[in-house]
Amino acid sequence: MATMTLLEGIRDGLFTEMRNDDRVLCFGEDVGRNGGVFRTTDGLQKEFGEERCFDTPLSECGIIGTAIGMAMYGLRPVPEIQFQDFIFPAFDQIVSEAAKIRYRSGGEYTCPMVIRTPYGGGIRGGHYHSQSGEAYFCHTPGLKVVIPSTPADAKGLLISSIRDEDPVLFLEPKKIYRTMKGEVPEGEHVVPLGKGRIVREGKDCTIVAYGAMVETCEKAADELKKQRGIDVEIVDPRTLVPLDEKMILDSVRKTGRLVTVYEAPKTGGFGGEIAAIVAENAIGSLEGPIVRVAGFDTPFPYTLEGIYMPDVRRVVRGVERTFEW
Amino acid sequence: MASKKRTSSNGSTRTKPQARHAAKKSSASTKSSPKSKGGKKAASSARSRTKAPTSSRGSKILGVLDRGTVRDPGLSDERLLELYATMVRTRVMEERALVLQRQGRIGFYVPCTGQEASHIGTAAALMDSDWIFPAYRQAGIPLLRGVSMEQIVDEWYGNDGDICKGRQMPVHYSFRSAHFVTISSPIGTQLSHAVGAAMAAKYRGEDTVTMTYCGDGGTSENDFHCALNFAGVYASPCVFICENNGWAISTPLEYQTASETMAVKAEAYGIPGVRVDGNDILAVYQVTKEAVDRARQGKGPTLIESLTYRVGPHSSSDDPTRYRGDAEVTDWKNKDPLERFKKYLRSRRLLTPKQDEALFAAAKEEVNAAVKAAEQKPNPTVSSMFDDVYRDLTPQLREQRDELLSLGEAKSEHEGYFPL
Ligand SMILES: Cc1ncc(C[n+]2csc(CCOP(=O)(O)OP(=O)(O)O)c2C)c(N)n1
Ligand SMILES: [Mg+2]
Repeated sequence: MATMTLLEGIRDGLFTEMRNDDRVLCFGEDVGRNGGVFRTTDGLQKEFGEERCFDTPLSECGIIGTAIGMAMYGLRPVPEIQFQDFIFPAFDQIVSEAAKIRYRSGGEYTCPMVIRTPYGGGIRGGHYHSQSGEAYFCHTPGLKVVIPSTPADAKGLLISSIRDEDPVLFLEPKKIYRTMKGEVPEGEHVVPLGKGRIVREGKDCTIVAYGAMVETCEKAADELKKQRGIDVEIVDPRTLVPLDEKMILDSVRKTGRLVTVYEAPKTGGFGGEIAAIVAENAIGSLEGPIVRVAGFDTPFPYTLEGIYMPDVRRVVRGVERTFEW
Repeated sequence: MASKKRTSSNGSTRTKPQARHAAKKSSASTKSSPKSKGGKKAASSARSRTKAPTSSRGSKILGVLDRGTVRDPGLSDERLLELYATMVRTRVMEERALVLQRQGRIGFYVPCTGQEASHIGTAAALMDSDWIFPAYRQAGIPLLRGVSMEQIVDEWYGNDGDICKGRQMPVHYSFRSAHFVTISSPIGTQLSHAVGAAMAAKYRGEDTVTMTYCGDGGTSENDFHCALNFAGVYASPCVFICENNGWAISTPLEYQTASETMAVKAEAYGIPGVRVDGNDILAVYQVTKEAVDRARQGKGPTLIESLTYRVGPHSSSDDPTRYRGDAEVTDWKNKDPLERFKKYLRSRRLLTPKQDEALFAAAKEEVNAAVKAAEQKPNPTVSSMFDDVYRDLTPQLREQRDELLSLGEAKSEHEGYFPL
């Protein structure tokens, strides 16, 4: 075990899997020589050469399109999109192509690739370096969507994603790239897709959160315990697609309450999907309204970033609301 | 595919990077592409951006100050001095902005230092009524078009004096009064907007010309190709400026395109493409003026490749020593657009050293005053965050706003750091 940041966990996952499998290639804007603008791919080009880790022209559509071709031909490309906000020139390639190749060819062709991209707010990045677009992609059958929130999960989920036979969008919560530290197993470390994590156990209310919001919810849970004696259970699904519905339902059946927390705009967000799953399957267990604590239905602001993002105060308020009706 | 060799103007033979990128190891595939040799360091400091011209069009570099390959535009003394003063104000503003960023007083900055002639000279060839669709490295244009320093600095601070209401990162300006269109971060998206606006002007029978900017990196995005294609098809009164500074963050030109030049790309879309010495403001002006005149006369668009260099980092978060050598930077500092223009003005006895110093001093004073004013202004109000999503607040937005306000005062805290 070594202590690493979330970013180092990802990097360690890349090194591990590139050593393990020569079909794995990493490429994208500034990932080679510069090691990525966040330095996530630092050292890969040095160890694996320009053939396996290289800089591309500034074209997200080109990056993803060529990755799809490589994947169909038998490689395991791991392209990087510099910021999730810049993925949209490649939206067509992801949604119409990568996600549908297996289905439309009756399983003749497949597209095993991992699109890595930093997402979410918290770095003073304004509109275009802060967005959380997971819902667009969760709404795309054929695509898996993975979001780690700890260094060990980052490594283990990334390795599983690379080994997966289907295309995966791997969203990296950049706010906690360097601030989130933890023990990471050395070498082989696999965290299966589709299995959630109980971040902390509690009996009064379930919070489902992912990415950087997990940490915010942990702080809120501390507050709630201290100030109100409310015992919160936090579930981090780790993969949004496929979703560990059982873990969420089991938790809500135990606590009787649900708050979903996500940075993305409230309307159409993934927390709404979780709310629907709970309403469909466990309404009899609910002892209060389901509450969503989310970003507002505005574009992501610059100066007021800290107010836009769900914070401890708003999560606390959200949990309180499940008791007030 | 055999590796393609190219002789650069400094005589060295280098291998195209693309060949080295060919994936060759595949357990599923038996075919492997030939391994190319040589050129280990693709972006070595020895690389030259002036490739040997092979096509007839779009390869000659046009210049006035040192080359004499294009005629002096014959601007009035006043206009020459105005352009120079704008370059000085831009230079001083950029230096100050980077310092403010380092002191943590503003969040981020993208300096255009070294590229002043390239964008100020191109924009100067327009009429005030013409529209500009900028990228993010044309900071001198608002100054040239009469935007006050205070309005600019307020945007860096994202305070409640900021026209954009603190919604965007520094340098993502919007100055409608100057026909300077709101900037977004996604590369290249503005290019087809300029074509559309040009089509709209034509439809209305107005003689507005639109001008739009992108970098060398920008030419790789789909939008660049869409825009040139549409502009060609509709003969839109639009002028494209590709500011080729040789780098897209850490990615060198050789990785961006296999074309000999950026200008030559115009040919494929049936429009003229020219290359100009982007650090020679007179040449930049003259070449652009010809393109603008053509556009205004209904003769269609032009792509201008302006060869320049950003002598500073890509942004306040970038460390250029990771990817480029000192020699290259020194080389370009010796071609500084301000110094070259100053030399010209001196030779024409339009500027004394004393006057020059006064210009710098006045610019510093101007920026200081703007910074001082900006730092006294409060943040935009919390409730303003919900405005302008639509013309009217939706019921959902109203509810979200009211709920937030009911929680009382909160501080907007910034925790992370910005890497790019
Ligand atoms: C669609 C998109 N992809 C990636 C980025 C991140 N990015 C910002 S600037 C930049 C490089 C741009 O290079 P170039 O077009 O040459 O302009 P320059 O910075 O040299 O002026 C990149 C990759 C972005 N802003 N938008
Ligand atoms: Mg560039």
